[in-house]
Amino acid sequence: MNLETFAIIMGGLTIGSALMVIISKNPVKSVLFLVLTFFFISGNYILMNAQFIAAVNIIVYAGAIMVLFLFVLMLLNLSKENEPKNSVFVKFAALVAGGILFTVLIAALKDGLVIAAATVDQSDTIGLVENLGQLLFTKYVLPFEISSVLFIAAMVGAVLLGKREKQLID
Amino acid sequence: MQSLSNRKKVVSNKKMTFLERIYLPAIFGGMWITFKHLFRKNNTLKYPEEQRVLVPIYRGLHVLKRDEQGRENCTACGLCAVACPAEAITMVAAERVKGEENLYREEKYAELYEIDMLRCIFCGLCEEACPKEAIFLTDRLLPANFERDEFIYGKDRLVEPIDQRIDISKRQHTGKRTEL
Amino acid sequence: METSEIIEKLLFIGLLFLITLGIAAYATYLERKVAAWFQDRIGPDRAGPFGILQPLADGGKLFFKEDFIPAAADKWLFILGPGIAMFTSMMTGAVIPWSSDIEIAGNTIELQVADVNIGILFIMGFLSIGVYGIMIGGWASNNKFSLFSAIRASSQMISYELAMGICVITIVMLTGSLSLNKIVESQHGMNWNVFYQPVAFIIFFICALAETNRAPFDLPECESELIGGYHTEYGAMKMGFYLFSEYVSMFISSAIISILFFGGFNFPWMDHFNGNTLAILGVIAMFTKTFIFMFVFMWIRWTLPRFRFDQLMHLGWKSLIPMALINMLITGIVIAFNEGWFN
Repeated sequence: MNLETFAIIMGGLTIGSALMVIISKNPVKSVLFLVLTFFFISGNYILMNAQFIAAVNIIVYAGAIMVLFLFVLMLLNLSKENEPKNSVFVKFAALVAGGILFTVLIAALKDGLVIAAATVDQSDTIGLVENLGQLLFTKYVLPFEISSVLFIAAMVGAVLLGKREKQLID
Repeated sequence: MQSLSNRKKVVSNKKMTFLERIYLPAIFGGMWITFKHLFRKNNTLKYPEEQRVLVPIYRGLHVLKRDEQGRENCTACGLCAVACPAEAITMVAAERVKGEENLYREEKYAELYEIDMLRCIFCGLCEEACPKEAIFLTDRLLPANFERDEFIYGKDRLVEPIDQRIDISKRQHTGKRTEL
Repeated sequence: METSEIIEKLLFIGLLFLITLGIAAYATYLERKVAAWFQDRIGPDRAGPFGILQPLADGGKLFFKEDFIPAAADKWLFILGPGIAMFTSMMTGAVIPWSSDIEIAGNTIELQVADVNIGILFIMGFLSIGVYGIMIGGWASNNKFSLFSAIRASSQMISYELAMGICVITIVMLTGSLSLNKIVESQHGMNWNVFYQPVAFIIFFICALAETNRAPFDLPECESELIGGYHTEYGAMKMGFYLFSEYVSMFISSAIISILFFGGFNFPWMDHFNGNTLAILGVIAMFTKTFIFMFVFMWIRWTLPRFRFDQLMHLGWKSLIPMALINMLITGIVIAFNEGWFN
């Protein structure tokens, strides 16, 4: 079994579990399938020899963000009566919107695949920590720092929300 | 007021110092205390193999004594029932008829004598109250049971069998009262 | 990869699996014994000499109990919960280097399942996944108290992961590598990280207590007051898995603490030995350190009272994380100074 068949199996599993996210009726199960999807995506990263990104993907997405998702979902009252009833019109609109999104994604990924093929072939050690760090702090230092500003904005927003609530209590 | 034990501490809400606030010295102190216990002698008694030696005046299961000739001492005066703080003792008195002199020492005897062991607090006041040296607490333990009924001890289990006398000679109240 | 290598790895994995489970089983015995010693008692001594068969008796009891699933519970998730808890705590053992290479009949055998170059991230990843076992178990029980407990447990674990991660980062900064092997190698002899990073060690240790849900941070479970927290509805071996996974993760976190801060399989005067002797002494050193930390875990449990939940959050967010951040900053400045950035 070579790496390519492995990659195909992994990709199939990823897509399969991603489909299950949409198909499963229970939101908690959806979240769990999403976690599984993240695992398979990490598997794909490992196949591309990007171990660092694979680990960080699991720590950040599966370990932190999805836990918060699960938190919220578990505290919701998820009974059959509370489910919103969708009319045929809404379903049709959702279908159209989804179709359009799908088309856009295909269009975007078609170009993206070409670029990816061009970059990945350069070296298979690009995903290792040293190379990634080098790239992040030299070539991509500006986007990297800007994204940290984005995080600070989010944190300030969270603190602000917390503070305001306290004033209301006083 | 002066404290009697010299261990009184005045509680206050004073601000803690830095060392107190990081708690680590207190934690290490506590851990040192538990560590010292590692080397202490343990207090466990491995029960079925080793049994605790009970003092002769241990207040365990009651016995209704017989005298030297095998007659029941109890005269059903009811003083034990009056003395009982837990009201565990019930009795019905009966008159001795002719031909029963070898069974009961006095002319009146207890036809029914019950102690509810679930009520009994084993204080020993019945033993103290008894003018006839009839009831004694012994160093036997009350066996556990599954049924509540089983804890009501009647005369069948309280009166000592003639052939298996229960030794109470070491108890405080024996021999104090003279022969009546 | 050759076939012999695969077989060798499989054997080693099986061995490690057995050792981990065995140690976890005997950790339950040891816990009861240690508790007894601290309380001037004897502890379990009925099953076999000194009670050493007690874990078998406990396991047998758990196996033969009725495997009960509540009617309103989500069946599959109910089964999945303890499985995930056990899986995640076992998986972290995969990247731990137990000693230097050993040579048997001309073959060099690594005493590590996988030498991943991001070993420490692997461990952090599986640690963060460990929350799911508890959350799923608590939610699938369809019991509001289990759910509350699951939420308590997971918010505690998420909060303490942060400070733990920052402490790991300081160690990684010191070593310059994410590989556990390199981290251990950099602490050759007595050059242990704990002498450079005592603050990080204390923070990491406190976080490890919180991550394994052990006293004084065992409020998700509260064995003595609440009826077991998130595994209230569990019985038989499924509950056994939860209890067991706690001991497995206690073993693994003790191993990680000894690797990150106490030099792993390094020991003083190790330069006098080489080859297999060194490897075997390394294994002994590693296990000694691990067992010492397991003992300390138990020692703390039987000494300190439990935190209240607000105190727990206060400690995690307002004390440990700022302290860990300041520690990281100072470490960074010192490293930069040593590398001559300020000249």
